[in-house]
Amino acid sequence: MKKAVRFFAVALAALMLLTTLAGCGEDYSDKIVLGGIGPVTGTASTYGTSVRNAMQIAIDEINANGGVNGVKLAMIFQDDEADGTKAKSAYETLMDKGMDILIGAVTSGASVALNDLTAKDGILQITPSASQIEAAQNPNSFRVCFTDPLQGIAMAEYAYQTLGYKKVAIIHNHDDDYSTGMYQAFVERYKELGGTISEDVSFSKDASDFSAQMTKIAASDAEFLYMPIYAEKAAQIVITANEKGVNLPLVGGDGLDGILEYLTGDNAKLVEGLIFLTPFVSTDEAANVKAFTETYTKKYGKAPDQFAADAYDAVYLAKLALEKAGVTSPDAINNAALIAAMTEIELDGLTGKMTFDANGEPQKGAKVAKIENGVYVAQ
Amino acid sequence: MKNIFTKGFFSKLILIIAIWAVVALLMVSGVMSRSMQSLMIKICYYTILTLSLDLIVGYLGDLSLGHAAFYLVGAYAGCAVAVYTNLPLLVKFVLALIVGGAAAALVGFLISKAIIKLRGDYLAIVTLAFGEFIRSFVKIIPGLGGTKGLMGIPSFDSRLEGFTLAYIVLILVILVIYNFTHSRHGRTITAIRDNAIASESVGINIKNNKVLVFTIASFMAGMAGVIFGFYKTTLNPSDFTYNLSIEVLVMVVLGGMGSIKGSIIASVIIVALPEVLRGAEDFRMLIYAVALIAMMMLNASPRFTAIKRSFGEKMNGLRAKFKLGGKAK
Repeated sequence: MKKAVRFFAVALAALMLLTTLAGCGEDYSDKIVLGGIGPVTGTASTYGTSVRNAMQIAIDEINANGGVNGVKLAMIFQDDEADGTKAKSAYETLMDKGMDILIGAVTSGASVALNDLTAKDGILQITPSASQIEAAQNPNSFRVCFTDPLQGIAMAEYAYQTLGYKKVAIIHNHDDDYSTGMYQAFVERYKELGGTISEDVSFSKDASDFSAQMTKIAASDAEFLYMPIYAEKAAQIVITANEKGVNLPLVGGDGLDGILEYLTGDNAKLVEGLIFLTPFVSTDEAANVKAFTETYTKKYGKAPDQFAADAYDAVYLAKLALEKAGVTSPDAINNAALIAAMTEIELDGLTGKMTFDANGEPQKGAKVAKIENGVYVAQ
Repeated sequence: MKNIFTKGFFSKLILIIAIWAVVALLMVSGVMSRSMQSLMIKICYYTILTLSLDLIVGYLGDLSLGHAAFYLVGAYAGCAVAVYTNLPLLVKFVLALIVGGAAAALVGFLISKAIIKLRGDYLAIVTLAFGEFIRSFVKIIPGLGGTKGLMGIPSFDSRLEGFTLAYIVLILVILVIYNFTHSRHGRTITAIRDNAIASESVGINIKNNKVLVFTIASFMAGMAGVIFGFYKTTLNPSDFTYNLSIEVLVMVVLGGMGSIKGSIIASVIIVALPEVLRGAEDFRMLIYAVALIAMMMLNASPRFTAIKRSFGEKMNGLRAKFKLGGKAK
């Protein structure tokens, strides 16, 4: 026991020493530092990891092509475990290390918690994927992804105008901010266009049985089923729908990305023809997407997701803004000029061609993907 | 009534002011990095939280796993006042502290009344469930932001101001707890902890004393919640999961239960550790967990206890030598 204790004490001291040493390796003084904040540990870690990987790819590319006006970029990424308080600590750490532009945070709650601080510092903040409305409300904060309500509006227009469906059945999660945001905006826009809501059901966060809801929908005269929810629940719903005789076309938001992972065997056929709004499909044939997917897959061993694409675009937006503001040295960065430049640039990125309005929202077209023969295909 | 203005009192007062002055100086001069500065505020509210839970777990001897709930009630109640009133920041903060503390104390009072007959494992499980209940309940109260969270809470103007205010609250809490645990009530509750039947036989009212401790502890947890709200500027129900209750319990246990000094030291270590480990990148949480296990084992080892005791005696000896009111043997 005594020996074990001594061993632990020494090991602990050694670890502490190692980590403090590891913290002060690189010198960033001659580089423009892009700080990243997102979850790389914990339950949401896939999101943060995707963002970190894609940021690294974009920065390596930019540096290989001579940097921004001759100045190289550097990335420092800090973990926030998708928690607002930890995001704050991460932000302070990044500021200590001389961050010039913040790419983050990845999740909505963490991003909103940072708004106050970034506004006080006046630093340019571009969040790749925080879709909650409040996440880009300050003049210095911008976002690459759509907001939840914007997605709902885009889907309402796509379903009514492009697909020509006039009657809808809806199922949404009333405990979830993402789901209710998309749901409310969809209903409002769809009615405005002249559509009818045939059936409108919802479930709570912990629900696992959807037979009552599906029986109702089976009895309705809806032409399609709108599911503004995440993939895991959607997969369960699709299975129940099949049992209850609902075979309507399925439409949803970007949360449905990855639904095939939850459906095995014959169940995968149930989502054949499912259409969902997404900023990015890795099988897209567009040249820039193809090149990015190839680099990403080679480096990290799996295909990039939409978080990766959003982050990649965020880095290029930062680059364009830096060029527009005429930054030629990391010591001469004028935050106000950088923020002003954001509304003047246009990026043809992985998630579409985009410009920004003064509210920090992206102006870009919605991209739609469809499941055909068990794969996601960009439309 | 004892004269409290002894030499010991003054030496402690000087120590309190000196700690503040050193930290403030480091902050103003910029020697302390921004992350360390914000860590200082975090340490303050976590220490208050640990001290308040120590009252229940360490002094009263009841295992509560729902401490995050009192923290939540204080944070939401106090910060809602701050959001919906239009007053100078300092007034808002003090008002929020009072309202948050009182709201948490009220909830603590009611809860302890309801669960007074439970002991041990049963109490632990009921408090755990109660914590989750409050967390779900706050989502449906209008005006508190639901799952999105309460936004627009005013923040401290500077990190120095935040630290100073949080530090003042911390000192007040330490004073109250020190005096409480050294009073008749304090001795009563430790008697209940050590032997409930014996203490009842000498006429101690267990129920009333338990309710008293829960109420005081909740008030303090509520104040910690208000500081947290002003620090974070947004409040989400997900900030208050049972993980937090457990984290605070870890600090109490590491601090040696029923020890003010221990609680303070443990809070400082556990709050600072994940930040110190930031350099370790992906291995951070792994190292954190290993470090935690190592510390717990070290703390439980008799040899380390002996070292701590001899160190304490030396310190007391030193204090006595310089006539600073230490308890010389």
